[in-house]
Amino acid sequence: MGRVVAVTGNEAVAEALRQIGPDVCAAYPITPQTDLMQRFASFVSDGKVDTELILVESEHSAMSACIGASAGGGRVVTATSGPGLALMWEMLFVASGMRLPVVMPVVNRTLSAPLNIHGDHSDAMGARDSGWIQLWSENAQEAYDNVIQAFRIAEHMDIRLPVMICLDGFIISHSIERVEYIDDQPVKDFVGEFQPVMPLLDVEKPLSYGPLILTDYYMEFKKAQDVVMSSKVKDVVLDIAEEFERISGRRYGLFETYRLDDAEIGIVILGSAAGTTKDVIDSFRDRGIKAGLLKIRLFRPFPYKEVADALRHLKALCVFDRADSFGAHAPVFTEITTTLYHHEKRPLLLNRIYGLGGRDYMPEHAERAINELIETVELGHVKIPKEYIGVRE
Amino acid sequence: MKLKGWKEVTQGAVITEAGNAIEFKTGSWRSLRPIWKEENCIQCLFCWMYCPDMAVKVEDGKRAEFDYDFCKGCGICALECPGKKGNKAIIMEKEGK
Repeated sequence: MGRVVAVTGNEAVAEALRQIGPDVCAAYPITPQTDLMQRFASFVSDGKVDTELILVESEHSAMSACIGASAGGGRVVTATSGPGLALMWEMLFVASGMRLPVVMPVVNRTLSAPLNIHGDHSDAMGARDSGWIQLWSENAQEAYDNVIQAFRIAEHMDIRLPVMICLDGFIISHSIERVEYIDDQPVKDFVGEFQPVMPLLDVEKPLSYGPLILTDYYMEFKKAQDVVMSSKVKDVVLDIAEEFERISGRRYGLFETYRLDDAEIGIVILGSAAGTTKDVIDSFRDRGIKAGLLKIRLFRPFPYKEVADALRHLKALCVFDRADSFGAHAPVFTEITTTLYHHEKRPLLLNRIYGLGGRDYMPEHAERAINELIETVELGHVKIPKEYIGVRE
Repeated sequence: MKLKGWKEVTQGAVITEAGNAIEFKTGSWRSLRPIWKEENCIQCLFCWMYCPDMAVKVEDGKRAEFDYDFCKGCGICALECPGKKGNKAIIMEKEGK
């Protein structure tokens, strides 16, 4: 077994990147970048990893350089956060459309205005339709483990798509936790040698990346991309999780359930707030209330069938979102609603928005939601479908 | 030409055959057609140099006919042509005339 250390989420992710040693990392070296990249840059400067580190002038350029390096035939990583991800926007679609296995930890932070640097999911939820695979983490350990698995998922020959590993800004990225590191060699063996597919630097086989594809062919490429996302990724994520369990002893799935099987009411949540919610569920269970939780790990592609099977027996369900779609339901809620709609017997659904701009998620927020669920079951209908929680009147 | 289905296209729209632009005949875009008047040509080859589509053919160092499969009719050859004694060796005519 490896080392047990007390580190921040950013340190843990930087350590995973050092152990993996990608060929190229292009990153924007100042705000909104976090110390994740600063720590990785120190590893490069200290000769502890032989990655080619390219410091660029913007996040748009960072992703552009990653795309070039990945098309060139290298294993490529970058990291960003909040507004940095927003500035990458255009190029996110290029990376996925070109089917390039770039890996990117995203320290989830909110978007201005008002100007705010704290954690919520607005950045990555905004990028949900960019064709990237998204893995969400509850704590530093999961962020570390997800990064190691992400390279295998992205680079799998049936997939070849970029992967975003989401970790909550500050709560995970900057807080110190106990993390178990796997030894370097097992990590290197697990990730393996990078296998390029159609590398631009193969001068024997000249290629063109990024051609103009007009009305006669564009939809064929998009259909091919959707088929990979919809039908291939889930199985690969599960296979790699099983393999990862053998080197780490830690089990991962498409999502995690907590006291859900015999539950009557439930909460769906993702990210660091799941831990607090589990404690609250325990306290309700102690009082004989059958509450449970489902924590999403794989948000893109969304495992509709599996999530529906895990939730449809509930009487009422509250979906917590740490991002909003103003004037509409929030992103996690719409997915849960979409998948449950197809089942005749399904729970009543609430959508609660919490923790925007780094507002603390407190046990009483989960308690309030569970009490509302109890009331909803008694009433037999939903009083307020969508509401902000933890906000002053 | 039968268009490929989504299962047949390359991953990420990568083009694997070099030089396949030759299969894309852009001459159909043309609304103006350059006409070469050999009697006014001084063989300066300015048209060959300026043509953005390599649609001016040269054989044995001498000006040959236009390649109408690829000429888009931009007219830069006609503009640059010095001609002979004030008479252009390339003039643009409306297509379909």
